[in-house]
Amino acid sequence: MTVIKTTFNRRSFLKASVAAGGGLMLGFSWLTSCTPTQEEAMILPSEWFDINGFLKIGDNGIVTIMSPNPEIGQNVKTSMPMIVAEELDVDWKKVIVEQAGLDTKIFTRQLAGGSQSIRQGWQGLRMAGATARRMLLEAAAQKWQIPVSELSTDEGLIEHKKSGKTIGYGEVASAAGAMIVPKEVELKNPKDFKIIGQPTKNVDGANIVAGKPLFGLDTQGPGMLIAMIVHPPAFGMKLKSMNADAVKSMPGIKDVFTINSQPEDFDRQWSDVNAFPELAVVLGETTWQTLKAKRTLKVEWATESPLESSADHTKELTNLLQKAPREPARRDGDPEAAFKNAAKVIERTYSAPFLAHNTLEPMNFYAQVTPEKAELVGPVQTPEFLRKTLVSVLGMPEDKISIMMTRMGGGFGRRLYGHFGVEAAVISQKVNAPVKLVYTREDDMTQGTYRPAYRVTYRAALDKDNNLIGFHVRGAGTHGSPVFANRYPAGTVDNYLAENHSQESNISTGAWRAPRSNFIAFAEQGFFDEVAEAAGKDPIEFRLQLFERALTNPVGKDNDYDAARYAGVLKLVREKSNWGVEKAGVHRGVTAYFCHNTYVAQVVDVVMDNNRPRVQKVWCAVDCGIVVNPEGAVNQIQGAIVDGIGHSMFSELTFKNGRPEQENFDKYRLIRHSEAPKEIEVFFVENGIDPTGLGEPALPPISATVANAIYKATGERLYHQPFVKQKPILG
Amino acid sequence: MATFNLKINGKNHQVDVDPDTPVLWVLRDHARLVGTKYGCGIGQCGACTVHLDGVAMRSCSVPVSKAADKSITTIEGLSEKGDHPLQKAWLEHDVPQCGYCQAGQIMNAASLLNNNPNPSDAEIAAAMEGNLCRCGTYLRIKAAIKTAAAKMK
Repeated sequence: MTVIKTTFNRRSFLKASVAAGGGLMLGFSWLTSCTPTQEEAMILPSEWFDINGFLKIGDNGIVTIMSPNPEIGQNVKTSMPMIVAEELDVDWKKVIVEQAGLDTKIFTRQLAGGSQSIRQGWQGLRMAGATARRMLLEAAAQKWQIPVSELSTDEGLIEHKKSGKTIGYGEVASAAGAMIVPKEVELKNPKDFKIIGQPTKNVDGANIVAGKPLFGLDTQGPGMLIAMIVHPPAFGMKLKSMNADAVKSMPGIKDVFTINSQPEDFDRQWSDVNAFPELAVVLGETTWQTLKAKRTLKVEWATESPLESSADHTKELTNLLQKAPREPARRDGDPEAAFKNAAKVIERTYSAPFLAHNTLEPMNFYAQVTPEKAELVGPVQTPEFLRKTLVSVLGMPEDKISIMMTRMGGGFGRRLYGHFGVEAAVISQKVNAPVKLVYTREDDMTQGTYRPAYRVTYRAALDKDNNLIGFHVRGAGTHGSPVFANRYPAGTVDNYLAENHSQESNISTGAWRAPRSNFIAFAEQGFFDEVAEAAGKDPIEFRLQLFERALTNPVGKDNDYDAARYAGVLKLVREKSNWGVEKAGVHRGVTAYFCHNTYVAQVVDVVMDNNRPRVQKVWCAVDCGIVVNPEGAVNQIQGAIVDGIGHSMFSELTFKNGRPEQENFDKYRLIRHSEAPKEIEVFFVENGIDPTGLGEPALPPISATVANAIYKATGERLYHQPFVKQKPILG
Repeated sequence: MATFNLKINGKNHQVDVDPDTPVLWVLRDHARLVGTKYGCGIGQCGACTVHLDGVAMRSCSVPVSKAADKSITTIEGLSEKGDHPLQKAWLEHDVPQCGYCQAGQIMNAASLLNNNPNPSDAEIAAAMEGNLCRCGTYLRIKAAIKTAAAKMK
């Protein structure tokens, strides 16, 4: 039995009627539907009782559970409430899920990023459900004058087994809110889980397929105006002057002006990345009128810093890799001697370009700022950080600023940087009207905050018995190196050297799904494949031997992985994919990677189709501990795999004189239906360990898994992304 | 500005807009039907897919002047209760991740099945190629289309 200390303050009884609810937008209902498989319509209660801010219980036993974290498609809106519901012990069919707005008094870490929502929310969510259950038991105990220890619960029903008395949660909910929160509560034994571990449908599924208003761009409100921006066409440029005369008199246009969303003295946070704080703004009544006006606006730009081109970037990254940095990131043993005395040395260089995030819903935000308060509604992964910046930029206290996170049409890290929320608020404050700021695809794709460009060189030293005796990685990237010095194979090689270079640039960069890992796994796992081949070893055996070294006799300290779990996923994928059994016309690659606390191993089958390699099937073994929602989990892994294949195969953002050369999907290529693998099968290690995340981990290695398989199919290795520009794909 | 009488999901709407206004923005800003989404504005992503006289079209690229005498169907009008076989199949296969592309995917798939009730995998891929899914739910979309096709036989 697990007992957990509660940390909630005592909450006094609160009654909230069904009709109430702060911050409701016209045309928006925050009450999302219940699980779509429910046959009969859910009868809503006539009264709700707030138990602890995390959940409300209706007088008829229906439960509303708040989902605290922003939803970007990773489906925490289903899995986080599942955890609460499990410990509360209710029937999932009786649960309604509502998105919680920013509320730091009740919730911690309301952030979507780093694949941490479940991992960091696990204990707190369990506690919220368990505490509520305990308060309901106390209320029943008091009502019946029976000791709590004699009572038990069963999916929303409280039972006194001795006498056969039962009472539903709804009937004691009113009294429960007045109970003293216990200092400790019991958590369920995972073997008793009824909800966690069951494939559960997306709570928003029915609303999504019916086209209900869910996304920030769908926000509508009385008196709302549309704002669109013009930002500089190139990095290194700045707004100089603007001729708004022709535009101001266009139909539907209210005003044209400039803003600066980062005033001189504002308190900059990590989330305030923004290459273009000074913007031209067009304000209008409808989107199309505003868009036409924006395109008509004449703006002059001044060049402030060098206008960079992709050729410059490649040259600089290459130059950086020629020299050692002043200090290594990590050094074990004597790498120089190992390489000098090696029987074989293998050296390879890998690269990948800038990438845009391209969430399908472009950047947007709604803001209504008055002298009294600021009300914001929209898609942001970091509402708490956004609020903090608003305090500084708007000059308003925190308790006057409210933020409701809408469902997001994709995040991928782009919406960690909430400059668009700040811009909407600044515009609304200036014009004293509610405003919805809308970025066009072109505005969005050329605004920056990109996945950096990367280049890395790996060297391996083998002795005459083909043992790996030396390993050297030197990486370079825009604003930072992609190398993780303490990740595998550090700890498995006696002589190890990791070095980092950072390239300066005026192009803004930011976290892109599985930052740094999204590139370095490609390079590392492709390199391992070549080293294994040079050593005459099977690629899985080669890795397992190194894991064995890390387990029995690790080199150095701070080795950032669990070698047993790492070996575990590799063995699982080996088994499930029938590795070693040759099939005619099928060429295979394998990888293993650990990032964001989760272990992943993959095998890819490639076939040749009209002389072009095609991904037929992916096997993916995952160790993320307890899987909260297997349905959502598999969807995430499949999606990450398609995402990783797509970007490494097709996508790149290039620059000419500071200008992005791609600004829409005609030139910036994303993976499409016919290009996705035909089949992706996912397997989970079952070990009962506390859950870790899934949004990112399956993406980083897939490009190497595919590249390793393509090597088997064509005899050619892939070193540079996007693959579609390389020989093995071009033919 | 001009006045247009549009038939959207069986209902008449009268709007005063510029003739070059894309049907997408007439739907979203004037008819207040926001199920049809904006993703790119140049017909490359498919998020804006509606039916014009039953045929899938990218509404971002159809000016309202060209739609005035046609019957427009949006995701909101595909079925009364959200229970078109495609919508049900989408739920059965738990297709959506972020969900932003899905209305366009469903509308495009509905048009496919109207023309080709029993499409092969290759025909599905070809018909759906214009609909991007940034979250990568393509495999589930394919499975859902096949399920719906089987039910609709």
